[in-house]
Amino acid sequence: MGKSATTSDVHALFHSLRSAYAATANHLKIIDLYIVFAIVTAVIQVAYMAIVGSFPFNSFLSGVLSCVGTAVLAVSLRIQVNKDNKEFKDLPPERAFADFVLCNLVLHLVIMNFLG
Amino acid sequence: MARDLGILIIAVLVLAATCESAVLSPVSESHRSAALELFSPADGSYGSLEETYEALKTFKVLGIEKKHDIRTSSCASVADTLKSTSSALKDFVDALRVNSILKCELNSEAVRGTQSRFKDSLNGANSLIDFYYSIGGLVLLKEQMSEVDVNLGDADRIFRSIKALGQSDGRWRLSSNNPESSNNAAGIALEALAGVISLATPQIGNSLITTLKNDILKLFDGIERYDDGTYYFDEKHVGARGHQSPLSSSASVVRGIAAVAAATSETLNLPGEKILGLAKFFLGVGVPGSAQDLYHQIDALSYLENIRQVLWKLTFFRALYNKAHPDLKIYSSDLDFVAALVRVSTVLGSPAPTLSVRLMQIFVSGSKDASVIDQELKFDAVSGMHVLETLPKNIDVGSYVFSFEVIFHNPEHKKTYVSGGRTRVLVHITGVIKIDNAEIVILDGDRGSVETQKKLKLPGDNTVALSANHLQKLRLSFDLSTPFGNAFKPHQAFLKLRHENGIDHIFLVGNSGKKFEIILDFLGLVEKFFYLSGRYNIQLTVGDADMENSFLQPLGFVELDLPDAPEKATRPPPQAVDPYSRYGPKAEITHIFRAPEKRPAKELSLTFLGLILVPFFGFLAGLVQLGANLKSFPKSTVPSTFAILFHLGIAAVLALYALFWLKLDLFTTLKALGLLGMFLMFVGHKTLSHLASTSSKLKSV
Repeated sequence: MGKSATTSDVHALFHSLRSAYAATANHLKIIDLYIVFAIVTAVIQVAYMAIVGSFPFNSFLSGVLSCVGTAVLAVSLRIQVNKDNKEFKDLPPERAFADFVLCNLVLHLVIMNFLG
Repeated sequence: MARDLGILIIAVLVLAATCESAVLSPVSESHRSAALELFSPADGSYGSLEETYEALKTFKVLGIEKKHDIRTSSCASVADTLKSTSSALKDFVDALRVNSILKCELNSEAVRGTQSRFKDSLNGANSLIDFYYSIGGLVLLKEQMSEVDVNLGDADRIFRSIKALGQSDGRWRLSSNNPESSNNAAGIALEALAGVISLATPQIGNSLITTLKNDILKLFDGIERYDDGTYYFDEKHVGARGHQSPLSSSASVVRGIAAVAAATSETLNLPGEKILGLAKFFLGVGVPGSAQDLYHQIDALSYLENIRQVLWKLTFFRALYNKAHPDLKIYSSDLDFVAALVRVSTVLGSPAPTLSVRLMQIFVSGSKDASVIDQELKFDAVSGMHVLETLPKNIDVGSYVFSFEVIFHNPEHKKTYVSGGRTRVLVHITGVIKIDNAEIVILDGDRGSVETQKKLKLPGDNTVALSANHLQKLRLSFDLSTPFGNAFKPHQAFLKLRHENGIDHIFLVGNSGKKFEIILDFLGLVEKFFYLSGRYNIQLTVGDADMENSFLQPLGFVELDLPDAPEKATRPPPQAVDPYSRYGPKAEITHIFRAPEKRPAKELSLTFLGLILVPFFGFLAGLVQLGANLKSFPKSTVPSTFAILFHLGIAAVLALYALFWLKLDLFTTLKALGLLGMFLMFVGHKTLSHLASTSSKLKSV
């Protein structure tokens, strides 16, 4: 009885989350997708390292940090672009995007250097 | 310029004990072949006229017919030099010198032009070199072109101005500014002064010529000498013309003296010993290695030849001597074999006048006493050599010094020739030395009785095996005698005992008369041998320069039984380590490297590579699903170009990163990145501001 209640609660929760999420703006969804893509890539790299060992450790770190870093930048982009966010009301989204691009380029320069 | 010089030389000086002259050979075929080799022209000519002159003069003196036909090119060069107005004075003089030997046909116009050049420069000359070249040129002109009039205007003044550069020690300075004087400059000055005298003889007073002769004598006071009687001129200072070697300085002085002697009709009294010493110096050089040195040597000898030196060429034919009497056994009064051949000639190798050579004394080498012989050598006209036919009776094996002297038949010759006084020659008479009664004996210490006695055959194979203890003595004895039965003391008579571990002990074998004996008392030698018992190899060495059968032989061994070393005894010296073992190559080192990390399998890596690409495609698929579009991509031309450039810029930066990873270094990348970044900034700003303005327009609307 409790179990079915929990399950149905979970289902209801899940359903509500999904519907709420569907309401978000498209561009935010794109950014979310990008973040998911980056994290999944990082996870795959970690799994590879778990299998073969961490011999060129700098390469591993570089790869993982590139994914994580770009995800973090995408998150900050999402925050800044989100219209519901009162803090960044006056910030034009293009400016935020420009920051995103610039920071990504710097991140990737560092990553390429560290890749070895 | 070979003229008959009437120089009077002081008569032969008898140089007795102090003069030890080496055997010098006069100019010979080796000089001629060296001249041909050193003075070989490079493609038809010798380079400068100076070198051409040196080559031609040397060939002329040595009597070599010029095999290289350089006459045409040299004459052409001479003619060119004389014609051109820009040649230096030295070039004119060199050209005229070459012409004096080659006798080319010259244009008289050009010659007259040079004459005026010489006269002008003579009037304006103030340094020794200027005087030398201008006067030398005029002398050569007078010699070669008799129709040319070369009168010196004021010969007296010129003479005095050259003399003013001279110094009190007989040397000359090159100019009044230059305080350094040299013998080389003295030679040049003497030649110049001789030229003045020959060009204007009636004008130069006798007093001036006398002072000139005094200057020459003063110059000779400054001559240097070696102990064997060789005299030479050397420079004390390094002059402005670089360092002059003794050869060139001495040659310069000899040229100067010869020129003065030729120019003055009077006689110069030069010390004969020094002239001979100079000749010895030039011959002592042997065959020089450079062309210029050969020129100096031959040139100077040609002048000295005219002073007529007499030199020696002594050849001892020991082989003939020994062939007749192989071991000096037969040595009786009926000697008719050749023992010594002496050839006497002048410095340049021309034959000497009639004279006789006498063997005056024979010294035993190393001692002062000598036997006076005074025996004349017979002259063999066929071979041109003086032959010593009979040796004195008491000559045995050993080293001797034979002292020879030259006697002129014609007393007039004494005035024009110089010989070296007594010439000493070192002679080795060698022979086979007899070794008799050789035996090695072990004696009992106290009583002296013989314990072991072994006879030895010397020189020959011997292997004696002896044994002794420290209380005994070892005695080795033998007799040495010459083929005539006299006692003979060799330079070396050593007995060596060598221990097994390599330590040597060497003893001298003493003698009394013919008998050589050494007694080794082991009791006294125990400490010297470092208390080492064991086998000692015995080796005997008897040798001398005059002994034909010198030997170094192992005789066998002796087993020595010595007491044990006490605590404080000296240790034997450490033996030399085999150098190869200490300094030779060491064993090869095999390096152990860290094992390389285990890399994953290739297939695994490729699989994961593919796996990495999957999320990317997932991303693209998600984008499509979300309905991402490019609707707000600017449509109009300018903004769209900017937008395209913006994206291209980003792509370019990413490509740069890829290139950076593949092969660039950080600095190049940063440089390129800076440029691209600025471009990107500009373009991006344009695009994004355009987008912002459109979206704000939409919002406001």
